[in-house]
Amino acid sequence: MALILARPELNLWERLYLPSILGGLFITLRHMVETILLRVFPRKRTGPRSLMEMSSTGLMSMQYPEEKWPMPEGYRGAPVLVMDEGGREKCVSCQLCEFICPPRAIRITPGFLPGEDVHANVEKKPRAFDIDMLRCIYCGMCEEVCPEEAIFLKKEEPIFVGTSRQAMVRDKQELYRLGGVMVRPIKKWDGK
Amino acid sequence: MVIFNGPDVVFVLASLLKAMAVAGVVLVMVPGSVTAERRLSAWMQDRRGPNRVGIPFTNIRIFGLGQGLADAMKFLLKEQFVPASVNKLYFNLAPILAMVPALVTVSVIPFAPGFDLRPIATWLATPLHLDGATIQAFRISGVVADLDIGLLFVFAIISLSVYGIVLAGWSSNSKYPFLGGIRSSAQIISYEIAMGASVVPIFLVTQQLNLGKIVEYQVAHGWLALPHLAGGWIGILTGLALSFSFVVFLVASFAETNRLPFDMPEAETELVGGYHTEYSGMRFALFFLGEYAAMVSASAIMVTLFLGGWSLPFPWFNGLPMPDSLYGVALPSFLAGLALPWWFGFISIGVFLGKILVFIGFFIVIRWTLPRFKYDQLMNLGWKVFIPLSFLNIFVVAALVLLKR
Repeated sequence: MALILARPELNLWERLYLPSILGGLFITLRHMVETILLRVFPRKRTGPRSLMEMSSTGLMSMQYPEEKWPMPEGYRGAPVLVMDEGGREKCVSCQLCEFICPPRAIRITPGFLPGEDVHANVEKKPRAFDIDMLRCIYCGMCEEVCPEEAIFLKKEEPIFVGTSRQAMVRDKQELYRLGGVMVRPIKKWDGK
Repeated sequence: MVIFNGPDVVFVLASLLKAMAVAGVVLVMVPGSVTAERRLSAWMQDRRGPNRVGIPFTNIRIFGLGQGLADAMKFLLKEQFVPASVNKLYFNLAPILAMVPALVTVSVIPFAPGFDLRPIATWLATPLHLDGATIQAFRISGVVADLDIGLLFVFAIISLSVYGIVLAGWSSNSKYPFLGGIRSSAQIISYEIAMGASVVPIFLVTQQLNLGKIVEYQVAHGWLALPHLAGGWIGILTGLALSFSFVVFLVASFAETNRLPFDMPEAETELVGGYHTEYSGMRFALFFLGEYAAMVSASAIMVTLFLGGWSLPFPWFNGLPMPDSLYGVALPSFLAGLALPWWFGFISIGVFLGKILVFIGFFIVIRWTLPRFKYDQLMNLGWKVFIPLSFLNIFVVAALVLLKR
């Protein structure tokens, strides 16, 4: 059913057109003045939760590298390796992530833990752990498949700068530096 | 040193200096207004706009004022692609024709009441061996070319700007530029009639074509765009008619410079880029900058014709003694007859530039406020509203001028 709406009758003032232009100008100029005032006196805008609320000054645009959007829970950023609270590498180089990785971005070279190590009963740790960030598709399969909770997708958005293919490959040291320490309730290897 | 001797030499040197200064100011204002447009539009949309680029090779950001420089560098370094199917001669000629008229029109616009440098010349007369006639020549006018047909010259040059767009549209040998070129020629030609008709009342009232003389008339009698209180009901009615002329001229100049709400030739949502679709690199930049240069020169013309040019409403700021009454309002005794030194006239250059900047701001605010007209609405507005009304206005003003005699 088409709904036929009656066209509103315009009076002479409205048909003059110029007053309406002035009204429009007033709106844009008000926004301009508000924005300039917000730059001089930064404050959060009140009102419904919006993008403006997230930026520090209340302006629509964010000064990107200096301030960033808060990432939602479960955001899949770049995969990183984590250690437990004792500084032990949680990865036991089972290579499940390497096998499950759809674009084959992960390459693990397994290595043995020496006998005198405190965690010698874990037996293995990666000798090399490379993730090719040009191949990674941020699917999160590695995180799902890991039996040791050793690899996680970081919440921060991934930013990479590299001038060569080699520079875009993250090695073990870099991955641990980015991942840091993550404390989880299950202490699988404690007391063994 | 006798090189400076002779009034003609002084005239040539002063004209060269003025021409270079005027062209330089316009060419600086063009990227400046591009940057201003980006910042102002951002503020009107609750954004920040480009605020990063400052002085090159440093970390100093001067509110993003370096953005114009960065844009210019980008345009210079881009590839200038020429499609195989274009007509090479006209394709290369069109951007030049789009830029040049805007730069030429400012040459007849008076930007100052004139510089009386004779005191300085007298001071320099002994070391430079100047004779009396040369010293007299140091009274320099405040306009590059003091033409007695100034306003007609402006209209002649402005109508050339359509050729750049039409040639670009036609020589590109592509359908969207072609449509843009056709639209543009129709639009500019039809609004030029309204524009030309809207300035005839100025001729009738001031009885001048020389832009400098028109400004001097406004210094003496008040700005033409403002309603008047003096001169009885005839004066008030004439003032209202001239205000209406100003509105028509303002709208027509939006159409002439292809700015929104009349940017039919570009109309990027309908015609991709309009007449400059096939252009890239510096050739495109010339079109882009030509639009802004046209904006600057249109603002300068409007300021000169209707808003008193380099003058402020107070004769004081124009280097003249204050009169006893202003716009029919008597001045208090401590202001009447007060005079300022001659060098105060130099400030009028700043006044003129300030008025132009206000107009550029107005162009920008209008662009980001109003949506584009439909093509038939544009033509209706031009032919059925503005042209009849401005012709009617001519007759009204002519009758009022006759009555005043």
